[in-house]
Amino acid sequence: MRQVDVELRNVVKAFPTRHESGQLVAVDNVSLEIYRGEFFALLGPSGCGKTTTLRMIAGFEDATSGEILIRGQAVQNVPPFHRPVNTVFQDYALFPHMTVLENVMFGLEMEGVSKKEARKRAQEALEMVRLHQAEDRRPRQLSGGQQQRVALARALVKKPAVLLLDEPLGALDLKLRKALQYELAALQETLGITFIYVTHDQEEAMTMADRIAVMNAGRVLQVGTPEEIYETPATEFVADFIGETNFLRGDILEVNNPFAQVCLDETLTIKAAFNDQALTSGSRVTVAIRPEKVNLFSATGPVKYADGTNESPEEHRELLLRDPDINLVRGRVLRANYIGTDTRYVVSIGQNQQLVARVQNYGLRSDTTFHIDQEVYIFWDAEHSRVLTE
Amino acid sequence: MAFNRSFGTAAYTIRQKKSGGLLALPAVLWLVLFFLLPLAIVFFVSFMSRGPRGTIVFPLTLEHYNRIFDIFFPVIVDSVRIALVTTVICLLVGYPLAFFISTRKSRRAQQIALFLVILPFWTNFLVRTYAWRVLLGGDGPVNNLLLSLGLIETPLTLLNTEFAVLVGLVYGFLPFMVLPIYASIERFDFRLVEAAYDLGANDWHAFWRVVFPLTLPGVVAGCILVLIPSIGAFVTPDLLGGTEGLMIGNLIQTQFRGTGNWPLGSALSVVMMAMVSLGLIVYMRFGGQN
Ligand SMILES: Nc1ncnc2c1ncn2[C@@H]1O[C@H](COP(=O)(O)OP(=O)(O)O)[C@@H](O)[C@H]1O
Ligand SMILES: [Mg+2]
Repeated sequence: MRQVDVELRNVVKAFPTRHESGQLVAVDNVSLEIYRGEFFALLGPSGCGKTTTLRMIAGFEDATSGEILIRGQAVQNVPPFHRPVNTVFQDYALFPHMTVLENVMFGLEMEGVSKKEARKRAQEALEMVRLHQAEDRRPRQLSGGQQQRVALARALVKKPAVLLLDEPLGALDLKLRKALQYELAALQETLGITFIYVTHDQEEAMTMADRIAVMNAGRVLQVGTPEEIYETPATEFVADFIGETNFLRGDILEVNNPFAQVCLDETLTIKAAFNDQALTSGSRVTVAIRPEKVNLFSATGPVKYADGTNESPEEHRELLLRDPDINLVRGRVLRANYIGTDTRYVVSIGQNQQLVARVQNYGLRSDTTFHIDQEVYIFWDAEHSRVLTE
Repeated sequence: MAFNRSFGTAAYTIRQKKSGGLLALPAVLWLVLFFLLPLAIVFFVSFMSRGPRGTIVFPLTLEHYNRIFDIFFPVIVDSVRIALVTTVICLLVGYPLAFFISTRKSRRAQQIALFLVILPFWTNFLVRTYAWRVLLGGDGPVNNLLLSLGLIETPLTLLNTEFAVLVGLVYGFLPFMVLPIYASIERFDFRLVEAAYDLGANDWHAFWRVVFPLTLPGVVAGCILVLIPSIGAFVTPDLLGGTEGLMIGNLIQTQFRGTGNWPLGSALSVVMMAMVSLGLIVYMRFGGQN
């Protein structure tokens, strides 16, 4: 059993609105357990309540109801300056009238560390973020990336139990952001400090985090490893927010383990995996399929193998259908976009449905690409089509 | 194309520079005529002798400066002291007031509060100072209140004291302290306070290490705006201080009234200006690196 560093129990935050009657529920009944030493990302679109959640953990906002525990201790009545957490603010909030070194020393001086000792430790922290040569400069003389490092050093020098980061790379350009993503993740691993990292960038969360909580409209929709979130999204929002997804609407025909039969239209029924054990036939559902899980082969030309042998489409189809857990449907290419590592196809299936497929360009181009209006077979493992709950 | 453009820019700059000099002429004339010239006259007169019936005559002399340092020096010291005390009180009252106003959430409340701060300017300063005479008088509301509360048995002598002068000066110059401080707190980014809390600072440290240094420009501006006119004030000490609250401004005023002593008045003015300028220079040299 892993140790829990930060726990939120049914936390609600409501802000009063301008019109006295109303209130804005920024964080809606959120419960989370964040383990010691993990890199935990709070991911969601702008305005979904990520910053508010972080500010409640830091102590800048009081929860309207619910409980927050840090290392097992309820912190409702603990002011920010007594909580074992430090924050890297969204726009860094460096003290403009202090030098870089003074900024980093500030937190140590507040602890009563002697000036000499504080200076030494601050210099070490700056060295860690490779900014020791800029210690006498003022924040506004630094680039965005450098300011970000100062903010990081200023928080880390306090050796917090938990470091809170609010979109720390949000203000930087793409290239720098990528570089710093890996650097931050590596730093977290070396230090072993729990990171709670707020971002609206799904790629950033996927790259860096051990676990992700996906939020929308104040609620946590799903918590899991990047892989779990991506492969088995719990809701349509999660599936849509992270990566590209096909959504197909249909009716449940039959529920038998492990797959449900979903009727998309009169001509098209597929098998799909499901989590919801209460699923019953007849209910209207959405099925999600990731574009890269889908494979295509020509319905008109031979299927070529790497060893040089050929197979007719029908033979190939028969072969595939021996596996009962496969979905195989016929379709027609509507659009094709070559994007380097893969090609993105929009294929029409059934009576009036569309499916996006991403096919890797692993072979020669002519072998793996399909042209517009080409008749194709599309197949995928049944477990890659997932029934979503609302 | 590029050549044309840069050529055009250069020509434009030259023209701008020339016309800039020309445009500044009225301002320069104004400064010379109404600032430097009077100053030079005052400076010059301060070395002249006083003739019969207050006339200004040769020879040049240092007599007035000698007299100032012999006789009036205590008044000068008092003036500076009273002005400094006024400034400190204005700061102690004005900073919290400005802080309170600028941290009101509603814009409307802020506007109303600021309006109240500058409201007194709508009435003549002299009238307002006379009002203080009434308020502080032996039979005035302040004494009556204290008497009725039983805090005192006989009326206090409030009028014609240094205390009355301080009250009047603080009252008169407080807005000059509040407004610049308000402006600098208004500009202050309060997220920095959260950053300070986050790093372990309590209210006290967050204020003295972060808020105060970053609002210091407003404090300095306010102090200068209060200190300088306080040193030279003469209406307030005249009306509220009587003989007890004599300030350098009163001395100067007396010398220029009727058949006074203009050379002496000029010398006093020069001394006062010298002190103020010295103070500003010292401040800019050592205090105002930011
Ligand atoms: N101090 C506040 N007063 C009123 N509403 C707020 C306040 N802070 C945040 N909100 C509202 O709460 C919601 C969530 O905000 P926030 O937590 O900043 O979202 P995120 O960080 O995910 O973009 C938003 O609708 C925002 O307008
Ligand atoms: Mg935010």
